[in-house]
Amino acid sequence: MRYKAMIQFIVLTTGLVLLLTNCAPPVPRDAMQLPAESLKQRQLQSRQFDTDEKTLLSASAALLQDLGFMIEESEPAYGLIFCSKHREATSTGQVIGAVALALLTGMIPPVDKDQWIRVSVVTQPIVVDAVVLSKCRTVVRVSFQRVVRNDRGLASRQESIVEPQIYRDFFDKLSQSLFLEANAI
Amino acid sequence: MKTIRLAPLWGPAILVLMVCACTPSSSQVLASKESEVKLRSIQSRVFDTPDQNKTMRAVIATLQDLGFVVDKANESLGLVSATKLSGYVLKMTVSVRSRGESQVLVRANAQYNIQAVEEPEPYQRFFDALSQSMFLAAHQM
Repeated sequence: MRYKAMIQFIVLTTGLVLLLTNCAPPVPRDAMQLPAESLKQRQLQSRQFDTDEKTLLSASAALLQDLGFMIEESEPAYGLIFCSKHREATSTGQVIGAVALALLTGMIPPVDKDQWIRVSVVTQPIVVDAVVLSKCRTVVRVSFQRVVRNDRGLASRQESIVEPQIYRDFFDKLSQSLFLEANAI
Repeated sequence: MKTIRLAPLWGPAILVLMVCACTPSSSQVLASKESEVKLRSIQSRVFDTPDQNKTMRAVIATLQDLGFVVDKANESLGLVSATKLSGYVLKMTVSVRSRGESQVLVRANAQYNIQAVEEPEPYQRFFDALSQSMFLAAHQM
């Protein structure tokens, strides 16, 4: 009896120690794998404009400011702008659901509270013409992602934003921004 | 009916846990599971091009294809950092340095949630994607 209890103790403790010291899961296989839809994603997130890289970058920066983003990093040598904004993330539907569940079970589930939206804009020159800028062609690729935090202070969502409409709207606004820049408005 | 009383075992169990927990958490500052030499070989590749800027732009494009958002870059040091959010947080820093007259050395290191990525496979997949984007083969050092 004592012997059995001792074995059980050793197994339990070893299991617990292993769990605490070495429970790190490996990196998921697809984390560094080009996804099958990678080309589709690239097309969704990219647009080509008939202008030079610097003009496109500064029009992008102006648009990001219009949208309330804070520019956190910029490196024109690589055609990069990175910025973010911190906004509320409360959704009425989720709150109603939480209240209903609380009434039924007496337990209050967490609800989303705020979110950080992060975006990088990267330009890539395709045709460079130092004399006639309108002959230049530059591709811009934008990617959005966000972290949503709930009212318990924990990250409830960490995700890439993939809604096609968001990207289409961004590029429409970027065309307008380029027009405003060209006309110095 | 047999019942096993676990109460007397809590004392030794806590003792064992305390002994295991003796390493201070500040030891993480300079910690790494693998040797520096092995890590560098896992995390580095050489490409036959002298063009650092073109290489770094290919690195950035590859990171974007893999779903990262590039959040830091510095041309004079040849560094970029990027983050992927997909239910987990995967961070990556990549450096591009010239190696002799006609080659560049690309070095990457990654962090998955709160642990360093020290196994070779994720880096192999990253460099495979980068080679495709550059139309160049990646050589081991």
